[in-house]
Amino acid sequence: MSTLKYICWRLLMALPVLLGVSVVTFVLMAATPGDPIRLLAGARADADMIALVRERYGLDEPILKQYFIYLKNLVQGDLGNSLRYRQPVADLIARHYPVTLFLVIYTVVLTLPPVVFLSVLSARKPNGVADQVIRVIGVLGLAVPVFWLALLFARFFGAQLGWFPVSGYGETFSEHMWHLFLPALSTMIWVVPILVRNLRAALLDEMNRDYVQAGLSKGLGRKQVFRTHVFPNSVLPTLNLFAVIVAYLLGGSVIVETVYAVPGMGNLMVDSILARDYFVVQGATLVFALTTMLVMLAVDLLSTVIDPRITA
Amino acid sequence: MFLCGLTLVVLWGIVALAAPLLATSDPIAINFEAILAPPSSEHWFGTDNVGRDIYSRVIYGTRLALYIGLLGVISPMVIGMTIGLLAGYFGGWVEMLAMRLLDITVPFPFFVLVLAIVAVLGPGIENYFIALAMVGWVGYARLARAEAIVLRSQEFVLAARTMGFSHGYILLRHVLPNALSPVVVYMMTDVTLVILFGAALGFLGMGVAPPTPEWGIMIAEGQIYVSTAWWISFFPGLAMILLGIGFALIGDGLARMLRIER
Repeated sequence: MSTLKYICWRLLMALPVLLGVSVVTFVLMAATPGDPIRLLAGARADADMIALVRERYGLDEPILKQYFIYLKNLVQGDLGNSLRYRQPVADLIARHYPVTLFLVIYTVVLTLPPVVFLSVLSARKPNGVADQVIRVIGVLGLAVPVFWLALLFARFFGAQLGWFPVSGYGETFSEHMWHLFLPALSTMIWVVPILVRNLRAALLDEMNRDYVQAGLSKGLGRKQVFRTHVFPNSVLPTLNLFAVIVAYLLGGSVIVETVYAVPGMGNLMVDSILARDYFVVQGATLVFALTTMLVMLAVDLLSTVIDPRITA
Repeated sequence: MFLCGLTLVVLWGIVALAAPLLATSDPIAINFEAILAPPSSEHWFGTDNVGRDIYSRVIYGTRLALYIGLLGVISPMVIGMTIGLLAGYFGGWVEMLAMRLLDITVPFPFFVLVLAIVAVLGPGIENYFIALAMVGWVGYARLARAEAIVLRSQEFVLAARTMGFSHGYILLRHVLPNALSPVVVYMMTDVTLVILFGAALGFLGMGVAPPTPEWGIMIAEGQIYVSTAWWISFFPGLAMILLGIGFALIGDGLARMLRIER
């Protein structure tokens, strides 16, 4: 199969998943207790308003037809209305989404250098001192509650030392960087161990290959073999893990944004759950899933560019 | 490493069981004479904004944390293993169906979907367990499927088949036991995660109702006092780390003993 064909096939495969995801968010909403019309129109809506909502969302139709109406609205970018803010959910998400995107990308950028450094250090001498220490730190990192760490960071680096702001997002790019440093750092602590463990395993795997022996026996230095052969070959398995990590980061952002009052998707979601603003919850859940899907798709496509064997 | 982890978890188990003996005061007793008291010989971990003893609350909180962690992984494991083993063993349309179900669950970030489900069902531990069962099976299903695919063409499985044993018998007696080890290793990490997410729910106000001593709620209660009375949030978090490390070490040790790549 040619690369182009593979890409088309992969895109086509994403469609059923997309439909499935929309079914999940639809069911989520259909299972909500209470009268959906009251939810949509608000408690003080008059008869005209109720009739309008009923017709627009097809709420007296059978459930299957309701789903298709939901789908039709989705395609047109209509995610319903927020009861609390009295504006379309899509507008709310458009305002909060860039903040979370910034946070996630920022976290990834901060995460990569320590991950590469630690896993290379660990893989160079398996079971050596460095490897053992990194392993213990990894176990520790997995057990740390992110919101607790975020809280302590806020107290120590924010309130006590005054190095970083403890809430908000700022106006300019550099202000964003400054405001989101602690949130990104708190999330990072959690993700680094997972990535290090995987990259280390990939590196060790590659180091036992024949071509490493071949390189060494023709007189190349260890460093040379490592840099030009082992490392590039280990990147691919880690790249696949990346999509999973983005899902982790999005989930983590929900918690961290709450602690630091960052006006992102996570904060929007938590506030909306507490305020029973169900349509925002539904819309946010959908957007979170779509983001992960896009990243997975991008990683898949990138992998085929890096390693054409995948399409075969 | 494995023994360290096991010791730690057993110690926590003892703490949970012997909580009434170890606690120095009633975990929900309000005491307005000792509000926001720092750690002292009387209140080892200090007191919170209504004078409750943090040490006693942390001790009692162990019960809930272990309850959530140990019970919370059971249904995702059972569901995930069933789906994974059936998919891997039978292949064909069973596998196809299972994989599509997996495909549409995977894009949802774990915690986001758990939150959304809890939002619909309402706060509380039972609803957290339901959410976990609906979302957490994915990891187990993947592992079990991968094992079952290898096992179904192994000689002892084929031999059992030729001898006329039913699929159900083979799955239970031959495939399941041999597929178990990676699943158990994964489960140890999962226990840590389930405890952490459970506490996160409590922290966000969607877990058990206060004044139940629960670590996540305690951390949330200390949030506004964090710069003046750090001990309110600090000790429950520390307890959570020590418990999490126990399970993580067991998982790590098991993985090494069973030579499982993760």
